[in-house]
Amino acid sequence: MYDCIVIGGGPAGLAAASAAWEQGLRKILLAERDVELGGILNQCIHNGFGLHYFKEELTGPEYAARFAEKLRETGVEVRMDTMVLDLKGAPGRREVHMVSRDKGYCIEEARSVILAMGCRERTRGAISIPGTRPAGVFTAGAAQRYVNMEGWLPGERIVILGSGDIGLIMARRLTLEGAKVLACVELMPYSGGLTRNIVQCLQDYNIPLYLSHTVTEIRGKDRVEQVVVSQVDGRRNPIPGTEMVFDCDTLLLSVGLIPENELSRQAGAEMDPRTNGPRVAENMESISLSGVFACGNVAHVHDLVDFVTEESLRAGAAAAHYVQSQGWESADGEGPVLPVQPGPGVSYVLPQAVRPAEMDKTCTLSFRVSQVFGPCKIILKAGEAQIASFPRERLAPGEMERIPLPKVLLERAQAQSVSVSVEEVSAQ
Amino acid sequence: MKDLICIVCPKGCHLQVDEEHDYAVSGFGCPRGIAYGKAELTAPTRTITSTVRCRGGLYPRCPVKTSKPVPKASIPAVMEALNGVSLTAPVSLGQVVLADVAGTGADIQTTRSMQQR
Amino acid sequence: MYDVLIIGCGVVGAATAFQLSKYQLKTAVLERENDVAMGTTKANSAILHAGYDPRPGTLMAKLNVRGAALAAELCSALDVPREQVGSLVLALSEEDLPKIQELYRRGIANGVPGVQLLSGEEAKAMEPNLAPEVCGALYAPTAAICSPWELCLALAETAVRNGVELHLETAVQGMQQTENGWTVQTNQGDFQAKYVINAAGTDAAAVHDMAAPHAFDIAPSSGQYWLLDKSEGDRVSHVIFQVPSAAGKGVLVAPTVHGNLIVGPDARATGPHDTSVTAAGLAYVQSCARRSVPSIDFRANIRNFAGVRAKSGEDFILQWADDVRGFLDLAGTASPGLTAATAIGEYAVELLQQDGLALQPKENFICARHRVRFKELPPEDRAALVQGNPAYGKVICRCETVTEGEILDALHGPIPPRSLDGVKRRTNAGMGRCQGGFCGPRVAELLHRELGIPLGEVLQDQAGSWLLRRETKGGAAHV
Repeated sequence: MYDCIVIGGGPAGLAAASAAWEQGLRKILLAERDVELGGILNQCIHNGFGLHYFKEELTGPEYAARFAEKLRETGVEVRMDTMVLDLKGAPGRREVHMVSRDKGYCIEEARSVILAMGCRERTRGAISIPGTRPAGVFTAGAAQRYVNMEGWLPGERIVILGSGDIGLIMARRLTLEGAKVLACVELMPYSGGLTRNIVQCLQDYNIPLYLSHTVTEIRGKDRVEQVVVSQVDGRRNPIPGTEMVFDCDTLLLSVGLIPENELSRQAGAEMDPRTNGPRVAENMESISLSGVFACGNVAHVHDLVDFVTEESLRAGAAAAHYVQSQGWESADGEGPVLPVQPGPGVSYVLPQAVRPAEMDKTCTLSFRVSQVFGPCKIILKAGEAQIASFPRERLAPGEMERIPLPKVLLERAQAQSVSVSVEEVSAQ
Repeated sequence: MKDLICIVCPKGCHLQVDEEHDYAVSGFGCPRGIAYGKAELTAPTRTITSTVRCRGGLYPRCPVKTSKPVPKASIPAVMEALNGVSLTAPVSLGQVVLADVAGTGADIQTTRSMQQR
Repeated sequence: MYDVLIIGCGVVGAATAFQLSKYQLKTAVLERENDVAMGTTKANSAILHAGYDPRPGTLMAKLNVRGAALAAELCSALDVPREQVGSLVLALSEEDLPKIQELYRRGIANGVPGVQLLSGEEAKAMEPNLAPEVCGALYAPTAAICSPWELCLALAETAVRNGVELHLETAVQGMQQTENGWTVQTNQGDFQAKYVINAAGTDAAAVHDMAAPHAFDIAPSSGQYWLLDKSEGDRVSHVIFQVPSAAGKGVLVAPTVHGNLIVGPDARATGPHDTSVTAAGLAYVQSCARRSVPSIDFRANIRNFAGVRAKSGEDFILQWADDVRGFLDLAGTASPGLTAATAIGEYAVELLQQDGLALQPKENFICARHRVRFKELPPEDRAALVQGNPAYGKVICRCETVTEGEILDALHGPIPPRSLDGVKRRTNAGMGRCQGGFCGPRVAELLHRELGIPLGEVLQDQAGSWLLRRETKGGAAHV
């Protein structure tokens, strides 16, 4: 029986496993499906990682290496090339089904489980692009793996749909490798990526960004030959007569990420349709599965790995606390559970619930806004009463925002729920 | 006055740089923004990340970066220089594989270790 | 000299090859593409129809009902996924009621087992997500869902194992009647045969015209589909049709044997190879389907596709070409062509025999096939499998839980795949929600490692569908 099984050896799993070790757990198993630790960071060879956590600028592989090194100094058992297929069992005795070449099909038991499977990319199907179905339509992440790890360029003339960070990073990367990136096309009137990536990945290389545009047709029988790009109206419908045709051999899609939660669903975790992740409490524990924790992109999609790390350290520590205090013994629902809800201007908030009795002095609320805001304030309410507000110069859906929820204010308010909303501040 | 977006960190501060008054910078969130704003208009630099060939490793390419930011204008020369590099696994992280790349004063160093296949 | 040459290895060609492989004959199949099942067979509703649609007395009626039964047998013998879920044809208004009554009468006349008229309430009790407007339905318990490309593949593989030659990437360019049969010219050289069978699908008229005077037209009709994630897979548990019109059987909603939900098709006159989808067509399919099942969540879409149906007249064209000897057309095999395919193959053999082809049964005919499906096995069997061969312990496709062992089985099978999609059709790798984003590079690597295909030559699917352009850093040449 393990104290804790961590599913996934990317940045979330690495941080969670080391935190659980540091907090005193000694029988920890980490299962990683790839042949090495680090997850998606291994193909993110650009820099910009670690500014928050390490206060220096690292590339993805360097960031991963620091945590992999840290984990090697612990006694955490790592099983590489191991795929977890099922999660069953009861509180305090979870069963994790896994398979690998070396160990075969195993069912391992654990007091606690940490879900750290990350996310996957949305595909052409998710956005139903009309036209033919030739080769040459890649998700940006698949192209990134081919270029950065396998050393293959997917095409010479490339259009990128979506201005999420991976798409922007790949625009620069492909250009540096000698491909011609003709355009980056974004459905929304604003970019989905970090502003600095617009500057250093597109503007540096004179790659045009078409906001409020989308790909309305893919052409080509065997391989992509052309894509048609149209402007969209305020309701995101293509405007006839605005079509531009690009001669290209490749279309990259950077149209969003979806937490990879098939395992969580199978296990019966209650899901939040807004995040596509399990609903979690202040300690990243699933609201419906006692002793099952979720962190990183499996819980909600992050922009910055630093925040994944921070969240996962909390989840790992919380799992340790759960095991040490035999959390499965205590009946669920000691003390009130307050739902945390997104109010106007906010698309989701994590955690989805807080238990004041279990909280530290403060709890970080992570959220995204549903539209671009200029000067504005974030309003934190307990019940109907405002308990805090935070001014901001600018908020965008592409950039996750975080605010503290102080326990003392929550207790004072004695409310049944918490909400986060954003209001525009009118110019003086 | 020139408007810039600071790229030093993910925050993306909106800077104004006054070219006529010794590149005075406003709108920064931290001192790094001042340095960036001035440098961007006088001598812009970038850290380059890319890959080099690697024989016998887990993967056929090893990621690398410049040890410090290099002049923007030198980017094509740096990329060209990387084509001439070929490593053989095992490779350790931080290994210098090309010194003073394209005369920039920066070295090319690996950003991961590469075990043998 | 071959006894029989079959042109086209879609499900009709494969079924014919399978039937012929029972006998001591020299048979070959010529397929233009780099794999079998590359036309209509891989892009359709994946339904084995019960047989109440065709007008009684037609070949279509006879072979539909026979085919449904034979397909059930062969799917079981050849390990092809098939589930007899039954179908409902909905009456969405009082006006539709006479139409389902007519289908009921046809079902009885065609000998379809168990057809039954239901009230709206009875139908909704069977399918709780049906629209409230449903006021009656025709229930056919023998309708089934299947994997159409795997049916084709299983028939072709079994034919190959029984000695039939399959020539891929072999495009027929012309043919001449000779003294004792035919000479068929292809891009891979000439083939001589006593008999030629035309199973060229949407190109059947063009192939016919190479051999004999023009006799029929094929009017290719494209049908567009939505394929939804498994999260929508249990939205319905039967095949849900609306009443048919002149254009076809209309938009259906059905579970698939892979656990997804399929919705479509529309019907649009098109070129024989135009499988593009349009925003208008997809929207039309969506709105039609919502009339049957209003709650479908189309945001769960993982893929849109279109198939081209080889429509001709009201009936299949299964006959000897006029003015020549030994040229048999199996044409116009639009819906229910998939269902009827196995029976069409059987019928073709009958016609050959009547024409004097001697049929000596093979003593060692193989009528079995087995495929490892790791995902469907219970833990004990999975454990035993990995113990026997560790390659089954490495999961390559996460979404569909496909292991390296299964991919190796396919790569070394009777008809090795030559592309990522070829592997997908054989193993399901890349068929899931990430659509190969994750496993694509790994499958490409396996094609390279096992079959020696250089990475730069790995195809997504058909010839010309190259995946990767060139190596970075000047490639290995600089090394």
